[in-house]
Amino acid sequence: MENKENILEVRNLSINFKTYAGTVQAIRDISFDLKKGETLAIVGESGSGKSVTTRSIMGLNATNADVVDGSIEFDGQDILQLDEKELSKLRGSKIAEIFQDPMTSLDPTMKIGRQVAEPLMIHQGLSKEKAMAKALEMLKLVGITNAEERINDYPYQFSGGMRQRIVIAIALVNYPEILIADEPTTALDVTIQAKILELMKELQTKINTSIIFITHDLGVVAGMADRVAVMYAGKIVEYGTVDEIFYNPKHPYTWGLLGSMPTLDTNEDVLPSIPGTPPDLLDPPAGDAFAARNKYALKIDTIEQPPFFKVSDTHYAATWLLDDRAPKVTPPADIVKRQEHFNKTKQG
Amino acid sequence: MLDKDAPKILEVKNLKQYFNVGRKDEVRAVDDITFNVHEGETFGLVGESGSGKTTTGRAISHLYEPTGGEIIFEGKDVSKLKTKKDEKEFRSDIQTIFQDPYASLNPRMKVKDIIAEGIDINNLAKDKADRDAQVEELLETVGLNKEHANRYPHEFSGGQRQRIGIARALAVKPKFIIADEPISALDVSIQAQVVNLLKDLQKKRKLTYLFIAHDLSMVKYISDRIGVMHYGRMLEIADADELYAHPLHDYTRSLLSAVPVPDPEFERQREIVDYDASVESDGKQRKLVEIAPNHYVRAADDEIQMYKDRLNS
Repeated sequence: MENKENILEVRNLSINFKTYAGTVQAIRDISFDLKKGETLAIVGESGSGKSVTTRSIMGLNATNADVVDGSIEFDGQDILQLDEKELSKLRGSKIAEIFQDPMTSLDPTMKIGRQVAEPLMIHQGLSKEKAMAKALEMLKLVGITNAEERINDYPYQFSGGMRQRIVIAIALVNYPEILIADEPTTALDVTIQAKILELMKELQTKINTSIIFITHDLGVVAGMADRVAVMYAGKIVEYGTVDEIFYNPKHPYTWGLLGSMPTLDTNEDVLPSIPGTPPDLLDPPAGDAFAARNKYALKIDTIEQPPFFKVSDTHYAATWLLDDRAPKVTPPADIVKRQEHFNKTKQG
Repeated sequence: MLDKDAPKILEVKNLKQYFNVGRKDEVRAVDDITFNVHEGETFGLVGESGSGKTTTGRAISHLYEPTGGEIIFEGKDVSKLKTKKDEKEFRSDIQTIFQDPYASLNPRMKVKDIIAEGIDINNLAKDKADRDAQVEELLETVGLNKEHANRYPHEFSGGQRQRIGIARALAVKPKFIIADEPISALDVSIQAQVVNLLKDLQKKRKLTYLFIAHDLSMVKYISDRIGVMHYGRMLEIADADELYAHPLHDYTRSLLSAVPVPDPEFERQREIVDYDASVESDGKQRKLVEIAPNHYVRAADDEIQMYKDRLNS
């Protein structure tokens, strides 16, 4: 995994939003890479900056967004410097996105076959017949049964899970290099969710696309991601391989996230929870933004922003606890259990 | 924890809730379900969208007139409450916490008036000072403070709004709370806060919960017993641990096999069990059968042995 080439490089990205209440610092200096063929999951709470990040990759941020600094390198060019015409060439062809709600991302008045064919006609200049033939193929690939007959149906004639399959067909029909999936299964039932996730994995290998997967569901992350970036208050606070994040997490926020989600084995009387609420990004606190909710916070956390400390070649965390001078702390019991389990299996 | 000998506070007997009865588009949202809830327990109701969970909750709070069957709350049939007083008392005894903390609070009302609405309707406050005092106490109970009373809903985060919704439900001193997906709209870290609050309140105020949700890990965590619904029918009822350790019905097995678990190793080995719903409409007569103590499955006569074998295998 480590040796794969980067397909996307985000560097020092900072984005503000001008609102009537003041300037919201939605993203504060984030950098990450996306490698060819991998799935990178971005997790975090609402308002942590997950969607703003991906929307800037798509060039879809609202007009009051102000890119303060940074670059998004894709295909030898900085996406942030492209004009609307160049961006629309990228969108739906090389970079595609699927959204949370399949009903609002489909056009209710257009037959589904036409909706899948449209990106082919626009980006590849295919004739209507050729595009429709390919659309049919794509609909079969995403598992629409009786695709020949259903190609002329409208979105309302499909269930939520089937609609999301159609959305996936539209997104993948041009074999994009990057697929952004923003909470693609949150609106679906668990059994349908499981099938959609399976489909996404299968198609990923088939067309060798890289996926940025945004979700707040750590269970889904565990099943989908090769690497994970944890965001808090507009910053990435920890990133690493999926095993490193789930079995050897270092940032107290990651501990809190993992702890507050019960597994089927949880039977503690009180669920470990993160107290308080995320900070106001109109006026982000100095130092580590998580300090106010962090019982492991050190004095320096409220003064100076922690840099990234290296845990392994692939694993970095921005917490002062990793500094040599920091006191040794024992993570919560459930995290210790995760680490023990991991060390055992690594040796065995 | 559940006291097995606790009296039944709620009995749902052969409840049927149909819509558009007799028309071509008749919907049997809830189709002949039976279950009991004991005092002080949390009964979890799970199932996919359209399975009838919410309709069941609404029928219990008597927002619909049942098409068939009975709902007995504290020994009284809720469809046959005679006097206005009985009806009013029942409406205070059962309260609902809703899914969407944005839609369930009136944006034009101050928090204190939202919380006190039930107090006003039921004349539970002696005077204005008493009303304010009650609101203050409720705010504190749910982890907010009294300064919040004069604010409007838009000034609060999702988690705080859900706390306001809980305070409103508690205002009329209910015995039974229907929590319909109370945490699905909240962030993970906030979900845990609200669940802890609900558990804490249950202990302190001896509340009984009907907890409706689709997040199976959370339902298992909070519930004493769980009922699994599908297509308006109750397919399986068991103690929470038992249901997850020994799911008997194919649908329950399928549902559990699809729960995402925050453990990459587990996820790599996950095998999804498919469920073929067509067996449910094969014409056989089925009813809930107690396969083991307190473990019920909807089965036909010739399937009982199969489920017993399943439990022992």
